[in-house]
This record gives sequence, C-alpha cells and structure tokens, in this order.
Amino acid sequence: MSTSPDPIIQIDNVFKNFGKIKALQGVSTTVTRGEVLVIIGPSGSGKSTLLRCINMLEHPDSGNIVVDGLSVMHKDTNINQVRAEVGIVFQQFNLFPHLSVLENIMLAQRIVRKRKPEEAKQVALQQLKYVGIPEKADAFPAQLSGGQQQRVAIARSLAMNPRIMLFDEPTSALDPEMIKEVLDVMVELAKGGMTMVVVSHEMGFVRAAADRILFMDQGRMIEEGSPDSFFNNPREERTQAFLSKIL
Amino acid sequence: MTAIPQKIGESRLLSATSKLEKWPWWILAIALAAVLIIFAIITSPFYQDAFNFIKEGVLTTIRVTIIAYGLSMVGGLILGLGRVSKNVVYYNLSTLYVEVVRGIPMLVIILYGAFVVVPLSLDLLNGLGAWLAGFAPLAGFGNALQSFNIQQVDMASRATAGLAMGYAAFEAEVFRAGIQSIEKGQMEAARSLGMTYFQAMQHVILPQALRRVLPPLGNDLIAMLKDSSLISVLAVRDITQLGKLYRARSFRSFEAYNTMAFLYLSMTLSLSMLVKFIERRMSREHQS
Repeated sequence: MSTSPDPIIQIDNVFKNFGKIKALQGVSTTVTRGEVLVIIGPSGSGKSTLLRCINMLEHPDSGNIVVDGLSVMHKDTNINQVRAEVGIVFQQFNLFPHLSVLENIMLAQRIVRKRKPEEAKQVALQQLKYVGIPEKADAFPAQLSGGQQQRVAIARSLAMNPRIMLFDEPTSALDPEMIKEVLDVMVELAKGGMTMVVVSHEMGFVRAAADRILFMDQGRMIEEGSPDSFFNNPREERTQAFLSKIL
Repeated sequence: MTAIPQKIGESRLLSATSKLEKWPWWILAIALAAVLIIFAIITSPFYQDAFNFIKEGVLTTIRVTIIAYGLSMVGGLILGLGRVSKNVVYYNLSTLYVEVVRGIPMLVIILYGAFVVVPLSLDLLNGLGAWLAGFAPLAGFGNALQSFNIQQVDMASRATAGLAMGYAAFEAEVFRAGIQSIEKGQMEAARSLGMTYFQAMQHVILPQALRRVLPPLGNDLIAMLKDSSLISVLAVRDITQLGKLYRARSFRSFEAYNTMAFLYLSMTLSLSMLVKFIERRMSREHQS
C-alpha cells in the first residue's frame, strides 16, 4: 500500500567467517516494512548465515545490521528485546518436546512478554486456529506430523507478535505432501502484510508471495530483483547456471 | 494365509525354551541366600545377636546417604552448569573442582572434607561473625556466627559434607552430559523467542536433560549408599562401623560380615529395582 520506502532491516557490508570458511563477504541489502524477501542460492552460499545474523544467532565479524531502529552490533542493544520482535522458523522445527503444543506457544509469551496465563492461552489458541490445527492444542510434538509441527512452530513465533518473520528452509525437512500446508500458511502471512525474509527454494511460494529475490553464492550477493525479472531475464551468468539446474 | 498360524506356533515353542534360558537364575541365588540369612537371624542366637547390634546403623547409613545425596545434587547442578558455561571464570572453576576431586580417592575426600574443609569453613564463619559484630544492626547475628564451634559439628555431619563434596564432582559430569545431549536447536529456538540464557536453561534445557539423566542419577544414589560405608573410618556408627565393632567384641566374623553384606545388598538391590522401574516407565512415556 505504502509506496514510501520504510526500511525495517538494514544490512550493511556484513562479513562473517567460520574459521577458514568465508560465509559472508560484504553483504548489503535493505528490507522495507511489509516486504517479502526470498533468498536463494546453492548450499554453503551463506544464505542461512545471513538470516541467522538478523536475530543474532550468529554474530557478524564486521559490518552492521539495524533491525527496526536497533543495531544488533551495538553493545547497549538488548538482544533479547530484538529477538522477541523477530520470529524465526527453523528447518528442524525445534519444538520443545517436553511441552504440549499449547505450552510450546505459551512459554515465551509468559516469561518474555510477561503475559498472564489466560491471556497467553487465548493468544496461543488464536494462533493455532490461524495455522489451521486448533484441535492439536493438547497434543505433544512427537504425536504430530512434520507439517503440523512446523505450523506449530510458526504459531509459536507469531504468538510473540513479531514485526519480522524469518524462515530458514522451513519445508526442507518435510515430506512432499506436507509442504503445501506450511507454504499456505506462509503465503497467508505474506498477504497479511508481515515483513518476511525467507530462505527457500519453493518456487510455489516465490511465485505466490515474493516481492524480491536475492541470489547468493559463496558469501556474496550475485543478483537481486523482482521475481519476474529475476526468472525471466537473469543478468548474471552464475544466476542463469543456478536457475537452469533448479527450474 | 495358512503359513501364518504355523509360524506363530513355531515361535511360541522357541520362545518357551529360550525363556528358560533367559530366566534370571542369579536372582534365585540371591533370594536363596536371603532366605538362608533371614532363617539364620530368626533361629541362630549368634546371628540374632549380630543383627540386633548392627541394625542400629541402618538409619545412620540411610540418613547420611540421603542428606549427602541431596547436597551433591545441588552442588553437582551448580558445577554442571559451570561445565557448559561460556563464562571463562565459571567454566574454569567448575572444571578445576571436578578434575581435582575426581582424581582423589573418595576416602581421602571424606577425610579432607571432615578435617580440613568443614573446620576451615567454620573459621571463615567465625571471622565473618566477628566482622559483622562491629555493625550495630547485625551484632546479634554476628555474635551468633562467632560462637560457632567445631565441637558443635558432629562427625556424622562432617563425614556427610565430605561425601557430598566428592559426589558433587560426579553429579556435575552427569548433568553436563545431560545438558549437552539436548539438541542445539532447542537452545536456539528458546533464545530466538527472546528468552535469556538462564530462562532457556530453566524452562527448556534442564527439564529435558533431567529426564535423560534420571537413570545415571539413580545409579549414583546406589553407589553413594555403598560408599557411605567409608565414613566408618571417622567412627560414625553406620552399618559398617557397627559390624566392625561387633566383630571386634565377639570375634564372630562370619555372623558380623554376613549380616553387614545382607543389609547393604537388600538396600542396593531394592533401589536398583526401583531405578529400573522408573527407567522403564520413562521410556514408555517417551514413546507415546
């Protein structure tokens, strides 16, 4: 709706090494409020590392990342405050196996957002309804299918009312017939105006929801653009080679 | 279709014979020995005499074991959290304690605790009391601390402290292993929701880790019950000390030591059955 650029994530010349492996080599980009950015690239290209730098699961070696006005590199920034505003969904779901679905969604609301149990429960039930499995509230993670677990993980993040949602290959660990139920939720979320950064190769999602695509290789941004121009007229040779393999 | 019932019949026949082979004969031997000892205690005046003398120590053994175990759990948890901590000081202090204490025989640790650490801690308390007595509002408390005396602490308490010191190092390693066995993604997920490290530990990691280390913790309780016999060197009147006294008094070694062994074995075997029961229940819970 708003055409004026309203940056919510500013990534500025970020470098990150794991020992000798150069994961990120000077990556810069800006995500505006409500934008859906999809990062693609071969494995080891640094796309997950970039995503994990946004909520400080990894610390950049140099450069800066500003999330909603707060620099994650600044010493005075309360990292937990940033993280509460940035939800992340992992490839391996990472639900808490000792807690029921409802308790999984309530835990952080109660101890981080300091919500009362009744309020946290209400929010949790509402989010479960949103992801389409309200009947699983009392189940335990081990009793759910992969797709259901991932939807609970999304509900768990959404219950914190984040301003940004990060998705780190959310469908890579799923059986093919369960991918769609997770993607449907993500598309719904994108249409609702959530700012999203998604690492995924699911072309179904890209076509339905992506505003911009960023292609990375060997820790560098190679190319970015709208899905249309990206798929139809890739400029770089490396991009063309990659696309010819995955499409 | 017709082959299936035949197969079931065959496997039944096989399992019937293998059941006999798998039967725990050693339990029968222990049960037999227990019956013999109980029979001896009832019928033989010598055994009766030994049993009545030594049984007074059972309560001491149990009390020392339970208190020392409780203390070692608290100490072990604190040290175990240090073993996985990224804080340099906390990690190194915990590791130093664990490595030093595990490298010293339990008997030496008990002597050290009883005769060095406990008196030294009391001296420190006295010093603290003398210092506090200088402040008007805390003078009463300070004087109370000052008046603590090593004579007020009996040998059983000092031995208990020593035993707890030694076992804290072992429990620390159990807790460390338990915490490290939880997938890294659990901590990441908790932290990514905005929890602090300690909130994540308390609500996500430790509840799962504790469930996993329950069997080794149970085994350590059994080991501690056995090691509590070491406190007899401090003349604490536990099962072992009373057994030694009875033998010295009566020269009836057979009766004294058979009774001792019987008392320990009946406690450790029932405990290990309890641990196995809990273990089986937990694994069943995990499957559902």
